Amino acid sequence: MSDFEPKIIAFCCQYCAYSAADMAGSMRLQYPTNVEIVLIPCTGRFDMLFALKAFEGGADGVYVAGCLEGTCHFLDGNIRAKKRVNYLRNELKNMGVEEERLRMYNLSASQGPRFMEIAYEFTDLIKQLGPSPFKKKDAA
Amino acid sequence: MIIAERKPFEELKGFVADKKKVLVVGCRGCVTVCNAGGTKEVGILASELRLDAGKDGRELTVDEHTLERQCDPEYIEELVEMVGKNYDAILSMACSVGPQFISTRYPDQTVYPSLNTLFMGGALQHGIWAERCQGCGNCVIHNFGGMCPVARCAKSLQNGPCGGSANGVCEISKEVDCIWHLIATKMMETGKVETDFAPVQPIKDWSTSRDGGPRKVVREDLVK
Ligand code: SF4
Ligand code: SF4
Repeated sequence: MSDFEPKIIAFCCQYCAYSAADMAGSMRLQYPTNVEIVLIPCTGRFDMLFALKAFEGGADGVYVAGCLEGTCHFLDGNIRAKKRVNYLRNELKNMGVEEERLRMYNLSASQGPRFMEIAYEFTDLIKQLGPSPFKKKDAA
Repeated sequence: MIIAERKPFEELKGFVADKKKVLVVGCRGCVTVCNAGGTKEVGILASELRLDAGKDGRELTVDEHTLERQCDPEYIEELVEMVGKNYDAILSMACSVGPQFISTRYPDQTVYPSLNTLFMGGALQHGIWAERCQGCGNCVIHNFGGMCPVARCAKSLQNGPCGGSANGVCEISKEVDCIWHLIATKMMETGKVETDFAPVQPIKDWSTSRDGGPRKVVREDLVK
């Protein structure tokens, strides 16, 4: 599956991960083009349907990136997001799909390099897992 | 309100295993408030069913709709047009009153309950709900410091506590408060032991409860 290029959707909080992505950009750090970023005002805005719709739309993996615990701009948005991510990971498991296809990451706005690292780490993970089992099987 | 929770995915998946086109119907009443069967939960279940079918290589169309209430014929009527679209099954996400109303109104439809209806209760905090009433048909909580021993005592004792009460906890589980402990404590704290706690409660007439068979309320002033 070496030529498999996964499609990854990253829901990024504007106060941390999104700014970190910006910083990675200004530092001219390259991160995999597989990752498509969706800006959210806080990971507390993350809705389980966002991830489900991403999978329906053909994503092979989804991650939510929020502030370090204890530093959420809205106090506990990232903690609440983590609970939703965990709930949905369990649902994925119930559906017989690798829960690792959905993950939560935490980082701060100043961690441009960490943003890049996460993008590589998750992309590699999804490459190992292979294409999303949710993708409609073509009449094989 | 009525508290319910979604059935396990495995069971719901079984309902649609041999179907091609299904409708998931939510309810904006109690089950929206207890986050079990409102518009959002309909969206999540519908999406999961679609994804799962795709995974197994099955063709499955899942439509979504949420009614104001499913315990009222007036809203059930709204489904007429949708039912005309020939669904192989309708999954109701209301409490189990809803699927009964839908299958009565649309007898040729295959209707499944998607939730397990649990109890009448309220939210202790967001995400935690507890049972408070069992609909015995003759409320007597004023005799018990405002707490219901019918719903909240494992034995529905009217003259408790039983010998299983220990350290405020019921003998059935360490997770369950002994309601009689709470009743007695409140009586002592409010100085009502002599007046409210000491008197023996009469035997409860259960004929107004489920023992009297299925119940019905008729309000002549409202009936047309
Ligand atoms: S006494 Fe009967 S009506 Fe009153 S709360 Fe308990 S079960 Fe409900
Ligand atoms: S321990 Fe308390 S709540 Fe449990 S059955 Fe006995 S009286 Fe009822």
